Amino acid sequence: MNSSGYFLSHLWLIPFFPLVSAAVMFFFGRRLPKDAVNLFCVGSVFLSFLHAMGATLKLFSLPADQRVYQQILFQWVTPGAMPTSTGLVNFVADWGCLLDPLSCVMVIVVTFVGFLIHVYSTGYMAHEGGYYRFFGYLNFFMFFMLTLVLANNLLLLFVGWEGVGLCSYLLIGFYFLKKSADDAGKKAFIVNRIGDAGFLLGLLLVAATFGTVRFTSQGLADPTAFSGILQSLASMVAQHQLAHGASVFTTIALLLFFGATGKSAQIPLHAWLPDAMEGPTPVSALIHAVTVVTAGVYLVARMSAIFQLAPVAMDIVAIIGATTAVFAATIALVQTNIKKILAYSSISQLGYMFLALGVGAFAAGIFHLMTHAFFKALLFLGAGSVIHSLSGQQDIRKMGGLRYTIPATSVPFIIATLAITGVPGLSGFFSNDQILGHAFNRHMMVDRYLALWVLGLITAGLTSLYMFRLLFETFYGMSRIPVESEGHIHESPKTMAVPLMILAFFSIVSGWLALPVLWGEQSPFERFLEPSLRGVEKDAGSITFGHHTLLVEYALMAGLVAFVVLGFWLAYKLYLEQPKLHTKLAASWPRLHNLLVHKYYVDEIYDALFVNRIKDLSTALSFFDSKVIDGLCLDGAGWLVRAFSRISMWWDKWVVDALVNTLGWFPKFLSMPVRMFQTGVFSTYAVFILIGLAILLGVYGHHVQTFMRTLH
Amino acid sequence: MEHSSNHLLSVILFTPLVGALLLLFIPRESQNLHRLVGNLFGVLGFIASLSLLIHFPAGSAGYEFKEAADWIPSIGARYSLGADGISVLLVMLTTLLGMLAIASSWSAIQQRTKEYYILLLLLQTGMLGVFLSLDFFLFYVFWEVMLVPMYFLIGVWGSERRLYAAIKLFLYTLAGSVIMLLAILALYFNYAKTLPQGAMGTFDIPTLLAAAQQFPDSLKTWLFWGLFFAFAVKVPMFPFHTWLPDAHTEAPTAGSVILAGIVLKMGTYGFLRFSLPLLPTDAALRAKIIHMVIALSLISIIYGAVVCLRQKDTKRLLAYSSVSHLGFCTLGIFALTPQGLAGSVLQQINHGISTGALFLLFGVLYERRNTSLICEFGGLATPMPNFAAIYLIISLSSLGMPLLNGFIGEFTILQGVFSVSKTWAAWASVGIVLGAAYLLWLYQRTMLGPITHEANKSLPDLNPREYAVLLPLVALAFWIGIYPRPFFAYLEKPVQRIVQQVNPAFYQLTTSPSRTSSISFSSPTSNPVSPN
Repeated sequence: MNSSGYFLSHLWLIPFFPLVSAAVMFFFGRRLPKDAVNLFCVGSVFLSFLHAMGATLKLFSLPADQRVYQQILFQWVTPGAMPTSTGLVNFVADWGCLLDPLSCVMVIVVTFVGFLIHVYSTGYMAHEGGYYRFFGYLNFFMFFMLTLVLANNLLLLFVGWEGVGLCSYLLIGFYFLKKSADDAGKKAFIVNRIGDAGFLLGLLLVAATFGTVRFTSQGLADPTAFSGILQSLASMVAQHQLAHGASVFTTIALLLFFGATGKSAQIPLHAWLPDAMEGPTPVSALIHAVTVVTAGVYLVARMSAIFQLAPVAMDIVAIIGATTAVFAATIALVQTNIKKILAYSSISQLGYMFLALGVGAFAAGIFHLMTHAFFKALLFLGAGSVIHSLSGQQDIRKMGGLRYTIPATSVPFIIATLAITGVPGLSGFFSNDQILGHAFNRHMMVDRYLALWVLGLITAGLTSLYMFRLLFETFYGMSRIPVESEGHIHESPKTMAVPLMILAFFSIVSGWLALPVLWGEQSPFERFLEPSLRGVEKDAGSITFGHHTLLVEYALMAGLVAFVVLGFWLAYKLYLEQPKLHTKLAASWPRLHNLLVHKYYVDEIYDALFVNRIKDLSTALSFFDSKVIDGLCLDGAGWLVRAFSRISMWWDKWVVDALVNTLGWFPKFLSMPVRMFQTGVFSTYAVFILIGLAILLGVYGHHVQTFMRTLH
Repeated sequence: MEHSSNHLLSVILFTPLVGALLLLFIPRESQNLHRLVGNLFGVLGFIASLSLLIHFPAGSAGYEFKEAADWIPSIGARYSLGADGISVLLVMLTTLLGMLAIASSWSAIQQRTKEYYILLLLLQTGMLGVFLSLDFFLFYVFWEVMLVPMYFLIGVWGSERRLYAAIKLFLYTLAGSVIMLLAILALYFNYAKTLPQGAMGTFDIPTLLAAAQQFPDSLKTWLFWGLFFAFAVKVPMFPFHTWLPDAHTEAPTAGSVILAGIVLKMGTYGFLRFSLPLLPTDAALRAKIIHMVIALSLISIIYGAVVCLRQKDTKRLLAYSSVSHLGFCTLGIFALTPQGLAGSVLQQINHGISTGALFLLFGVLYERRNTSLICEFGGLATPMPNFAAIYLIISLSSLGMPLLNGFIGEFTILQGVFSVSKTWAAWASVGIVLGAAYLLWLYQRTMLGPITHEANKSLPDLNPREYAVLLPLVALAFWIGIYPRPFFAYLEKPVQRIVQQVNPAFYQLTTSPSRTSSISFSSPTSNPVSPN
C-alpha cells in the first residue's frame, strides 16, 4: 500500500489549507485588501477540493475491498492506562486521517458545496462590514468540518464536532451588536453542548468497551499493530463476549444518537436551528442547514457497525427521524420567513435521513444527504439571492411574481424545488425513493415498520406542499412587494449566479447514481459505500430486507409521485389559483394554525421546564450560599464565638476575677487598721512616735522612775 | 542520587525571597525600582525553574533533585526538598503565573509598591515551598507562611470590603490548618511509637506515609479527615468555599491570579500527595470515604456552575467557576485511576492557565474602569477587538473546547472517572454543559451587543505589556490542547506510582479471562505505547 500517491499521503492537507487561510485572516485580515482575502479564502478551499478530488480518484482506482486509506500524524491524547473489558489498555487517541468510501462522499460534498458557498459569498458579502472576519470564520468552519469527516477516531471527530459548533456560534452571532443574534448563537452552542455531553459519554463507553476510539485499523501500513473499534467489535462478537442486542451496544448507540440529535437538529434538540437563521446571511444559514446538520447523520453512519447490533436503538433512530420529518414539515407549512421555512425543511429532510439510517438503509441515508446538500444549498443560495435583490426582505408575504424579474435566480430555484419534492428524474426523487423503498422492504419483514413507511410518504406530500407554496408565494402570482422597494429589484452578480447554475446541474444529475435501480439493479452509489457500512459479520439478529419485484418498485415510485402531485395540487389550489383560500383555511382552524405558527410551543415548553427552572435553582443556591453557608453557618459560628467570648468574659469578671478580688480583698480588709497608720507623712509618724513615746512613758513610767532611782 | 549535590530546588525556592530581601534596602520613594526588582526576580524565578524541566530525568517515578539538611534536630524536623513529575508541573505553573502576576501589577499598584512586591515575592517562596517540601514540618511552615502575604495583599491593596475578605480568608484557612497540624503531629507520634526506645522520630513525608500504611484503619480514618479539612478549605470544596468569592472580589488582580492559579492547587496537591495514602484499607470503609468526597466534588461541580448563572460581579462569577472546575480536579483524584489522577493534575495546570488569564483579563478592565460589575460592561468588542478575541479563546479554553487545554483535562478526568463509575461521569458532564452556559453568558454580557456605558466607548485595546502577560497563557492553552503528550509524560510514572500504592487492585485488572500476560500495553488489541 506504499503506492498511495501524492493525494492520499497528503490527506492532512485537505483540512490544513482552510486552517492556514483562517489563521491569516485572524492575524492580518484587517490589513488585507478584499482581493487578497478572496484569494486566500476561496483559493484555500479550492485547493482542498482539488486534493479531495485527487484522493477520491486514487481511491476509486483501487479494488473495492482495499478502498481504505489511513494515516496517523501524531499521538494526540495519551492519558495512561485504562481498564477495558479486555484488560488494561494504554489509551491513545491519535491525530490521523481516514479516507474510505463514506468519508470520501462527505469530503467531496463538503469541499465542493463549501467552495461554491465561498464563491457566492464574495458576491453576497461584498458590501458588508467585517468581510475578512466572515471569511475567516468560513474557513475556520471548513477546517473543522473537514477534520470531522476525515478523522480516523471518535475523539478527533469530536474536535471537528465541537469546532463546527463554535463556528456556528461565531457565524450566527456575526453581527454581535444585535442581541437576538447573540442569543441565537448562544442557544445553538448550549443546545449542542447538551447533545455533546451525550456524545462524550458514548465516546467514553466506546473507549471502555473496545479499548480504543480508532474506527478501524484497516488502511494502515501495519494493521495488526493497531487496534480499531471495528476489529475489536468483530473479535468480541466472534468470541461471543458480546452478542447482537447487548445492552452496551444499545447504550453506546443511544448516547451517540443523542449527540446527533443536537448537531442534526432532531427532536428533542432541534430548537436551535430555526433560531440559527439569525445568521447574517443565507450563507451562514446554509452552513448550518446543509453542512453542520449532516454531521449527526455521518456519525451514525460511521458507527453503523455498532448501530446494526443495537436493534432497539435503531428503532428509536427511525422513530425520532420519522417523527421529526413530519413534525418539522408541518411547521414549515405556515412559516413566513423564507430562511425559516428552509430551516424547518432541513430539519424535516434530516429526519428523513435518520429514518433511512434507522431502518438500516445507511447508504440510502447518505445518498439523501448528498442530494439534499445540492438542492438545499441551491435553495438557500437562491433564497439569499432573492433577499439580496429585495434589499433584505425575508418575508414571503411581501414577495411574489419574481419569476421574470430575476430569472437567473428563479430558474435554479424552480429546479431545486422540483428536486427536493421528488419530481421524477431529479435527484430528490431517487433518494426519496431509496429511503421509502427500504422502509417498505423492512416492513415486509417486520410489520411495525409500516407506520414508518407511511410517515415517510406523508412527509413527501407535506414537503411538496410547503415547497410549492414557497415557490408560488415567491416567484409566481401577483407581486406583493412594497412599491418603494419595487424599483430596487436587481439581479445578483455573476459570482452569485454561477454557483446557482452549478448547483442546479447537480441537483438534477446527482440522483442518477441510483439510476440502475430502475431496471432492478443495486444502486452503484450503494455498492461504492457498502465496504464502509458493512458492519461486522451477519448473524441471526442482523437487519434483513425483504426483496420486492420490479413491479412493486414501480408501484412504490408511483405512490411517491402520487403524494408529490397531491402536495403540488394543494399548493396550487391554495396559493396560486385562489390565493385567499389559505387565509380562510387558517381562519377556520385558528387553534391548529396557531400551534403551527408557534412551532408547537416547544421553546416555551423548554423555557418553562428547564431554562427557568435552572434560573430558579441558581437563585435558590445563591441564596443558600449567602444566607445559609455564609449567613447561618459562618455568621452563626461567629455569633457563637462572640457569645462564648461574652460568657467567658462574664466568667472571668464575676467568677475568676471575683475570686481573685475576694482573695485580694481579704488581706486588704485585715490590713485596714494597719494601713490607717501607714500614711507616709513624716509629721504624722512624728506624732505617732510622740504618742507612742507618751504611752510607753505612761505604761513603763514607774520602771523608768525605778531605774533612774537605782542609778542615783 | 547524583543530583543530591545540586541545589537547584533551593535556588528555585529562594530566588523570590532574595528579591524580597533586596527590596528591603531600596528606599520607599523609588517605586519604579521596586517594580524593576520585583519583575526581575519574577523572571529569574521562572528561568531558574526552567532548568528543572530541562534536567528532569524522563520517565522518573520518584523524587528527583533531592536536598536534605538537619534543621531542628531535637524533634527530627529537616530541611528536605524533592520534586517528582507532579511537583515539577506545579512548580512551573507557580513560577510562570507568579512572574505574570508580578508583571501585571506594573501600573495597577500605585501605593506602597515596596511592601507589595516584597509580599508577592514572599508569597511565591511560600507556595513553592509547599510543592517542594519532603518534610511535613517544613511543609506546614510554608503552608502557613504563604497565608500571611496573601492576607496583607488582600487586606491592604484590595477593594472596599477588603478587610472582611482578608479576615475571612485567614480564619477559614487557619481553622483547617490547625486541624492539619494535629493530624501531622498524630502521624509523627504514632510513627515514633513504632520505633525502638530512644530513636528519634521524623517528619520525613515518604517515611511517614509509608509507615502510615501499617496504621490501624481507625487511626488512618482520623488522620484522613484531619488533613481533609485543611485541603478542602484550600481547594475549595463545597461547603467550605465561601471565602473564595469574597477573597477574589476584593483581591487585587495579581492576588486573584495567584489565588485561583496556584493557592487552590495546594489543596488538590495535598489531597493527592497526603490524603490518598491515608485512605483506610478496609474496602467498605474506604468506599464510604471515597463516596463522600466524590459526592462533595460532584456537588461542587454543579453547585459552582449553577451559582455562576446568578452572579453580578465578574470576579465573583470566576470564583464560583473555580469551585466548579476544582470539583473536576478532586473528582479525578478520588477516582484513584491513572487517568483520573493525570487528568486532575493536568486540569489543575489548565485551570491555572485559563482562570489565571481570565483574572488578568478582568484586571485589564478593572484598571480601565475601576469596577468588576458585569452590568458596567457590555459591547466591549467594539472598542477592544483584540481583547475580545483573546478573551473568547480563554473562555473557550475554560469551557473545554477541543484543541484548547481545558478539554484535554476534562476528558482525561472523565475517562478516569468513567472507568470507576458511569454515574459519576454522567453527573460531571452536567457541569460541562453549564460551564458553556455561564461563560458564554458572561461573554455576551460583557463583550457583545451595543455599548451601554458612555465610559466604555473609548476604552483603549490591550497595550504591549498586557499582550506580553496574556499571550504566553494563550500559547500554553493551545499547546496543551494540541500536543499534550509532554505533559502526560511528566505525569505518567508518578501517577502510576500513586495508584500502585493506594489502589493496587487497579493493576490486577490486567489479568482478564482473555488475556493472561501482565500489563499488556502492546498487545494487538491495545494501542501500542510508542509508534514504531
